[in-house]
Order: sequence, then structure tokens, then C-alpha cells
Amino acid sequence: MNVEGAPIPTNASSLAVLRRLGPYLRPVWLPITGAAAATFGALLCGLGIPLVVQRVIDGPLGSGDFGRLPWLIALVAVLGTAEAGLLWARRKLIARPTALVESRMRADLFAHLLRLPVAFHDRWQTGQLMSRAVNDLVTLRKYLAFAAVFLVVNSLTLVVGLGILFTIAPELALVGLISAAPLLLITYFYETSYKKVARRAQDQSGDLTTIVEETMLGTRVIRAFGRSAERTRQFVAQARRLRSTELRIVRILGGLSTGLLILPELGIAGQLAVGGWGIADGRLTLGQLVAAITISTYLRWPTECIGWALSETSTAAAACDRYWEIRDCPPTVTDPARPVSPARPARGRLRFENVHFQYPDQPRPLLRGVDLEVRPGETMALVGATGSGKTTLAALVPRLADVTAGRVTVDGVDVRDMPLAELRAMMGCAFEDALLSSASVRENVALGVPAASDADIRASLRVAGAEGFVDALRPHGPGTRIGERGMSLSGGQRQRLALARAVLPRPALLVLDDPLSALDLHTEAEVERALREVLRDATALVVAHRPNTARMADRVAVLADGRVLAVGTHQELLDSCPHYRTLMATPGPTETVGAARHADGEVVTP
Amino acid sequence: MSDTTYAKPDEQAPDVTGALSAEDAPVLDKATQARVHARSRKLLGSLLRPWLRRSLLALAALVAENLGQLAGPLLIARAIDVGVPGAVAGRPGALVWCVAGFTACALIAAGARYGFFRLSGSVGQAVLLDLRTRIFEHAQRLPVAFHDAYTSGRVVSRLTSDVDAVRDLVETSLDGLLTSLLSVGGIAVLLLWLDLPLALVVLGTSVPLVLMTRWFRERSRQAYRRARNTVAEILVELGETLGGIRAVQAFRAEARAADRMNRLNDDFRDAHTDALHVVARYTAGVRLVGNVCLALVLAIGSWRVANDTLQLGVLTAFVLYLRKFYDPLDELATFTNKYAAAAAALEKISGFLAVRSSVPEPAAPAVLDADRPGRGRLRLRAVEFRYTPTGRLVLPRLDLTVPAGQTVALVGETGAGKSTLAKLLARFYDPTAGAVLLDGVDLRDLAEGDLRREVTLLTQENFLFSGTVAENVALARPDATDADIRAAAAAVGAHAFIEALPDGYDTDVSKRGSRLSSGQRQMVALTRAFLADPTVLLLDEATSSLDIPTERAVQAAMAKVLADRTALIIAHRLSTVLAADRVLVMDAGRIVEDGPPARLIDASGPFSRMYRTWIAAVGED
Repeated sequence: MNVEGAPIPTNASSLAVLRRLGPYLRPVWLPITGAAAATFGALLCGLGIPLVVQRVIDGPLGSGDFGRLPWLIALVAVLGTAEAGLLWARRKLIARPTALVESRMRADLFAHLLRLPVAFHDRWQTGQLMSRAVNDLVTLRKYLAFAAVFLVVNSLTLVVGLGILFTIAPELALVGLISAAPLLLITYFYETSYKKVARRAQDQSGDLTTIVEETMLGTRVIRAFGRSAERTRQFVAQARRLRSTELRIVRILGGLSTGLLILPELGIAGQLAVGGWGIADGRLTLGQLVAAITISTYLRWPTECIGWALSETSTAAAACDRYWEIRDCPPTVTDPARPVSPARPARGRLRFENVHFQYPDQPRPLLRGVDLEVRPGETMALVGATGSGKTTLAALVPRLADVTAGRVTVDGVDVRDMPLAELRAMMGCAFEDALLSSASVRENVALGVPAASDADIRASLRVAGAEGFVDALRPHGPGTRIGERGMSLSGGQRQRLALARAVLPRPALLVLDDPLSALDLHTEAEVERALREVLRDATALVVAHRPNTARMADRVAVLADGRVLAVGTHQELLDSCPHYRTLMATPGPTETVGAARHADGEVVTP
Repeated sequence: MSDTTYAKPDEQAPDVTGALSAEDAPVLDKATQARVHARSRKLLGSLLRPWLRRSLLALAALVAENLGQLAGPLLIARAIDVGVPGAVAGRPGALVWCVAGFTACALIAAGARYGFFRLSGSVGQAVLLDLRTRIFEHAQRLPVAFHDAYTSGRVVSRLTSDVDAVRDLVETSLDGLLTSLLSVGGIAVLLLWLDLPLALVVLGTSVPLVLMTRWFRERSRQAYRRARNTVAEILVELGETLGGIRAVQAFRAEARAADRMNRLNDDFRDAHTDALHVVARYTAGVRLVGNVCLALVLAIGSWRVANDTLQLGVLTAFVLYLRKFYDPLDELATFTNKYAAAAAALEKISGFLAVRSSVPEPAAPAVLDADRPGRGRLRLRAVEFRYTPTGRLVLPRLDLTVPAGQTVALVGETGAGKSTLAKLLARFYDPTAGAVLLDGVDLRDLAEGDLRREVTLLTQENFLFSGTVAENVALARPDATDADIRAAAAAVGAHAFIEALPDGYDTDVSKRGSRLSSGQRQMVALTRAFLADPTVLLLDEATSSLDIPTERAVQAAMAKVLADRTALIIAHRLSTVLAADRVLVMDAGRIVEDGPPARLIDASGPFSRMYRTWIAAVGED
């Protein structure tokens, strides 16, 4: 595991872990019990058939009394049909309930993941989450559909068989029991060491998934640096690690399966020896010995099966553990207990009051007492050096993270007191990454307003200066799918779609993180013009790196050392704030052309 | 998701997955099916061939185990018939021998079973590793555009759950298949030898069995195919939703994401329910045929015994063996089921492996001398390019020569073909016509490794991998020392901020570097590029997210770094452009202006207009 805050495998017993499946099993216990009953029934029919056949051969055929023969043959046919029917019923009954358990658990996991804060997602690799949501739940379904049922049925068979054995010949039953005793040791072993290995295999498989996912997403970078072979080596190394764990599992299971094969055989050998001795002493009859050995032979398969089912139990418990590790992470950004609805219509007064924010693993807060007010309808630019916390501050408004001290209010209400959905419905956001999906342009832009009309979408595409290139997309214009993360588009195109998405709802509050950085000069001017219209009606917080963007704002706040250093208009700050001047000063054209001229050896005047 | 055609906009993904999506339907037409089956079988064969010897050994172990187990009942019978009476008579020798023999047989069987486990396990794991490596390597050979449309979730699905289905077949069902084939074959011979007419009754049941198997194979394959498709969709949905969780939460799209997931989830559930229902009918049917046959044999046999045309002993033996004949058929049914599951997975995997790369490795790569004089000369010779065979001509006949060591700035509006040109120079694509040459060698003739050593393309996609900052920088040159990494960072001006991170260069960048700002990620990416130290450096808007002081520092550093190498810079900031030796203005795939920046400013072309806009924009300072 190389996940930060990596979960420690719990020491809870498999049973305790699997008991947490209760809420999912309860609605389907009836068909599952039915399936177990059918399994048991089929087992009995299977045992009954040879007994009847024996009766046919020893009775009517041996004695020549053919009267009962048709009935007995009919009984074989009936038992045979019943066995087939019960076998069918077992799978038929178990299929849907177990698939239901799996799909419900996955749905709940996904819903939980959607509620978990961004901080959780920053820490957990998507590959690990994928492997838990798919592989581990498939493991659980298979366990419930097969091993769990067999474990119950075969334990029952073993107990019944041993019981019968005791009534026939206690002495021989004792031998059988002793030979079955190591099963307890095996169970203990599974509970302790095997479960750890099973867990390791699952974790390693999750890490493998992570490598695959990252390699595919970062494929441009890997190619640009020609590191495909290197990456393959890493992947193969991880796959080999997984393989050696899997081989270890094979070795363990091979050993155990061998043990389980040999135990009943040794029991039978013991019974032969003890029985032969007993018969010689006159304590036992030959009939007792034959009966005991016959029963012991029948019990061979259930014993083997229990061993297999126990190993599956450990694997399933480990998978279950991994599942609940995620489910047990608390969603920290939640709806308040007593929600206060925001004022309607929202005026959009945004205030940061003594806001502190600290990332859990950092020694000191990134934001240390930010005070800032954005008046209704005002556009406030947020300027600061790379890494000064602008993005973090902006993320506090839609509660992608919560302040660690202080508060953020909208129209006087703490954002943490508002229902999450209402808070987020009030605002439109654009992030530093465009965060697009492989869906169509239309679906991407309409993320916040799925019911948006084509005209509205077109209007917001126009604001973002995206109408032209979107219409040129082939084959479907706005209906064209844009590739994973929108990667088939250029950076500027992605950024414009993210901007269109933010302005589509005509929100009272806009939070834009450096919305124009990837645009070329021409497009930037165009977008700027259109954006000014939108910004006139909304309160906006705009993270800015460039003078153009800052100039668009009514006021600018300079972020430095975790605080707001100064607030004022672009011009005021240029005049009064040296830090701002440093941040905004662009290299003078003469100076660079000079450099170019120098390099070129030509003399020109700008 | 699979019903829509994938993006084919100007600079976008060609329809590379089209052929594959045709195989996503649960019921395939005859021709497709035949092609897909043949391809899957071929793949399975090629996977197993290297392990033939070991598989045969496993088979031998299995035979030994079965022989050991078969001998057991014989020895028990002997113990009861001879040993026990002997012991009663005071001669326990025979009993002791029997017990000892029985124990020995059990031990042999157990040892053989252990051997079989190890052997089949190692074959299974070897096949798994081989298959995984093949898929992963192939994925990395496929063009970037393929991945845009195919998405990482599908590759994950091919490499995990599909591969697991194949492993399941190879590792666990070999046992069932071999054992059951052995016993069915052996017992069939025994039955024929015991009594021909009864044996014919038994063998007659093979007709319904074959029919059932055929039905089962088709139906279960459909169900499994559906399951394979939906599990891939689930992984895609997970990847995209979790990767974009900020947007999903901020735009309250959780409910819709959950709806989509639930639809897929339900589909997956139904596919599995379906699959198991099909298995239920098939295995129960097989058992029914066996049991009915038993009753039939018993009836006919009894009638013949009554008529004295059959000995009772023969019937007894026949009936006993019959049961043993049908038991393994269950195993065979299990095998058929696993095979169906694996076959559906193999279809997907082999389909993926069959996608040919549009930028293949050369068969006989050309060698570029590392010490050649004046290295870094680029030349485009009559290059034409379109993304798809029928698509728009993005670059119509482009000729361009860049002398070694020159820094070229590429400007023009979005869609002018700047990025396309950069991608051609980095061989992310091959030109539709003409050739791209580096120091006189066609890029198509260079081995991947050589090409990447010479040419590095830095795009806006500043993807960071999980690991530390240092590891991310070292991606450019895995053998780089800490000092090299620090030096590169210092050259770009990234050293200070990296040092200020909680663990400095050893700071974990977390998933996709979300904790570094985009400006910081660009700095890490730039550091990477400088560490790579290529002959030709291509920068596609590599500094767009930097604040101005940082960008200035980067520009100053770049002036030094670019001095002795060929560089092509795409930038929207004229400040960057002005530092170049030469500016190319592109419009609609053509170069409309070409010259040193200072001269172009004086001309009355598009570049001078751009320049004036820029001055107007920053002139207030």
C-alpha cells in the first residue's frame, strides 16, 4: 500500500467483519436460505439414489421377486429428477439475491464516495477505489453465491455424518473425529495468516489498477519523455509482486488442500486398523466397520469443501474489510443539522471572516486569518504568488473544503449553515483544471443545469468564446464527445467550456479560478468583453494571474503570507502596493525585443 | 456511452474505437462471431504454448493423484475381505499391509495433488503476467487519440477483471477438465467392454448433452459479454466521476452520476443473474440426463436380468460405474461455464490487442550519431496531415526548415494547426503525406527510445504521477541523481517552492497532484523538460498558469537553456514570443508569416497587428 493514511488491516474475526453485511443480507435471507435448503436436499437425493439402486440389485434382482422392481426404478427416476430440480433451484434462487447484494453495496459505496470531501479524493488513488468498487464486491458476490452456502451445508453434513457414525460405532467415530480435528487448526490459520496474504493480494491488485489508470491518463507525458518502457517495467514489477503473493496463496492452498485430502484418508486407514483390531477382539462386527467406512468415504467431499470454503471466507472477509474502510470514512462536508436557507433572491454578499485553513499534513495553516468582503454585484480579483492559497480560498466558497477556523458567509449566513445543494445552486464555478468528462460538449456544459435549453447553452458558449469552435466540432457540433477529460480538445478550448459551464446557470455568485490563462490574446479579448456582461449582474471572485483579468475586476485583493495584504482597484494597488507591482509587472516589450535583436543580430526599432 | 460515435473534431480523436464498439453488442452476427472466436482462440493458444511442458507435468501429477485415489477402495475391499478375517484368525499381517498400502496411496495422491496445485498455479500466474504485460505494452503503443476515446477505465477493465476471468479458466478449471475427461474416457471404455447395448444407451445421451452444451455456450457467452461490457462502463464511470469530483460536487451532479452508475450497476447485476440462471439450467439439465439414463439402464438391465440375457454382476458393475461416469460431467459443466466467462473476456482482450498503432515502430531503426555535428536540424518536407482519412486537411502541404539551435515561436489563432505541428514533430502522429526529418532522418525510421532522447514535447497536460516531486521530475531521466534534479529545478526557478513543500523534494504529490497549484505543476513539468536535456524541445503553452514574476524567471532561465538547442514554442503571451529567434504565424494550417520578431513587428502583417493589440493591453503599466 502506498496510499497516504493507508488503512491497517483489521484484526476483527472474519465472522465479525462479515456480520456487517447484515443490512444487505436481511432483505434476501429467504431465497438464500432456500438455496441452502435446496443444496442440502440435492445432497440427500444424491445419497439416496445409490441406496435405492443397491436395494434393486440386492432385493428384486437377487431374489427374483420382480413385483417391487418398477416402483424402485420409478423411485430412482423420481429422486434423479428431484436432484436435478433442486440443483437448478439452488442456482436459480441464489442468483438474483447475491447479485442484488453486490449491486446495492456498490450503489451505496458510490453514493458515499460522492459525498466524501475533496480532501478524501486527493488522498485516495482512483485505482484503489476502482478495485474496491469492482473486484472486491465481485469477490463478495461469488462468496455468497457459492462458498457461503457450501460452508453451511457441508458443516451440517459433517455434523450429521459424525452423529450417525457415533450411533454406529463410537470407537470408530472417535477416530474420524480426531482426523477431522485439524480442521480447527486450519480455521485458525486462515483467520490469522491466510487472511493477511489474501488482503495483501487485494491491495496489490489495487495498486496495479492505480498504475494502469495513471499511465493511461498521463500517457502524453510518458510518451513525450519516451518512458513507456520504464513505465512497463514498473507495471511488470508490480504485477510480479502480485504474482508472488498469488503464488504464495497457491502454495498455501495447495498445502491445505493436500492436507484436507489426506485427513479423511488417514481417518479411514485408522478406522480400518482400529476396526480390524476391534473385530479380532470381538468388540466390533464387520458390518459396523463397513458402515463406518462407507460413511467416512461420503464425508470426504464435505471435509474438502469446508477447507475450500474457509479459505474463501477469509478472502471475502478481507474484501469486506477493504469495502468498509471507505464506507467508514466520514463525509466531513455535510448538510447542517439545522439548515438556514440563504436569502432569496440571493444578493451575493460574500464575506471571509478571519478564515484559517490548514491541510492535515502541513505544519502550519496555509490561510491564517483572511478577512475580505465582496459586495453584491462586485467583481473581486484574487491575486497572489503561485502557491499562496488563492485556489484554496476559492474552494471554501462552494464548500469543497471547510475552513479550519473563522467562517465564510454569503448574505450573512455561514456557508456551513446552508443546505449544501442550495449553497452550490447559488454559484457557478470554474476550476484551474477544466475537469471535463468524455461526454458531449452539451452534457459537459449543462453539468449544473441538465435541463438547460439549447439557446441557453449557446448563449453561455458565446460568453466563453466557445461557440465557434464547438460548432466546428465534427461530427455533431455541441453533441460531439470530447474524449476522456476532454483531452481531444486544446487547453484553451477546455478552459472555455469550463467557463461556459460556470456561467450557464446565471448564478448570483461566480467563483472563477484563473479562467483565461490558456487563451490566446485574440480569444482572451473576446471572452473578456462577453464576460464583463455576465459579471455585471453577479458577485464574482476571480483568481487572476494577468493584468487583463485583474483589470476586469472592480477591486483586487492581494493574498500573501496567508492573509489579505491589500485591497483596492488595479490602479490603486499598482500605485500603493509594491508586492502587487511585482506580481503584475510584465516584462517591457523594448527590453525583450532587445534580447531578441541581440540574438538575431539584426537591428530594428519597435 | 457506447452507442455514441466518438469525437472527431478538428484536432481530435479519429474514430479509432469504431471497429471495437461493433463488438460491444451482446449478440454478434455470424461473420463477426467467427472472426472474434478465431482471434480469441489464437490468443489463448499463444498464451499456453510456452507452458506446454509444465502443463503436461501438471497433467501427469493429476493422473498420479487419480490413480492413488482409485487404488484406495481396492485396498479397503481387500482389507475387509482378507485382512480382517486374517486378523480375527490371529494373523494381522495382511491387515497391516493393507492399512499401510492404503496410507501410502493416500500420501502419493496427496503429494501428486500438491504438485498439481503448484504447477497449475504457476502456469496460471505466468499466463496472467504474460497477458498483463502484453496488454499494458500494447496500450502504450496505441496512439494518444485512441486513449481519449477508449478511456482509461476500459483499459483498467481489460487488465483486471477480464484478465482474472482468463486466469480463473487456466488456473482452477484445468483440474476439473482433465480429471473429468480422464474418468469419462476411461469409464466409457469400461462400459463398452462390460455390455455393448447398455453402453450404447449411455452413449446415446451424448446427443442431448452436446445440444445442451451448444445452447449453453451461446447463451452464457451473451450474458458474459454483457457483463464484460458493463463492468468496463462501470470502471469508466468511476474513473471519470472520481477524477472530476470537484466539478461533480460543485455543480450538484451527484444524483445524476449516481443514476448513471445505478443503471450500469443494475445492468451488471442482471447480466450476472442471467449468466447464473443459464448455468442453473445447464447443470441441472446435465444431471437430469444422467439420472434419467441411470433409471433407464436400471430398467432395461433388470428386464434383461429377469430374462437371463444379462448377468446381475455385470449390471451391478455397470450401474456403479455409471454414477462415476456422470459425476465428472458436473465438472465439465463447470469448466464450460468458466470457459464461456473467459471466452467473453478473451474476445475483449484480443480485440484490444488487435488494434494496430498508427505510429508503428520501424522494423530496422536508423541510428542517429550522438556526436553528429550541428544536431537538431528539423525539416518538414511537403507535409500534409488529416486526423482521419476522410477528415479535414489540417495541414495542407507544409514545407519548413528549422536550423539547429534556432528558437522558433509559433503563433496563430486556435485551430490554426500549431499544436498539430508540434505533435507531428514529436511523432504523436505521422503525416498523411510527406515526411518529418530530424537531422536528415525520417522520424518514422527512429526507434522510440532514440526519438524521445532527441525530441521532448511539453504540453499543458502537466500530469503528475503518484509519488514524490523528485520521482516526478526524474521521470525525464530515471538515472538522474538528486543533485541533477535540484540543478534542473534551480535552473527553472522551481527550487524555492519545492524546498518550501512539507517534505521538500520528497513531498508526495498525491493523486494527480491536486495539492500542487497548477502553476506549481507547470514548474515541475518544466523542470522535467530541462532535466530531459533533449536536442529539440517543443513547448506547447507550457507557462500559461504561471504568475508573472515566475514566468519572467522561467523566461530568463529558458534563454540560457534554449541557447544551444532547437526549440519550438507555442505561446499566447507575446512576451515569450518576442524572445524567439524567429516567429512563424500560422493560419488555417499554412505559415503566413515567417521572420525574426523585430522585423515582423515592422511589417504590416498579422504579427504586427497582434503586437499592437498586446501593447494596447499592457501599455498602461
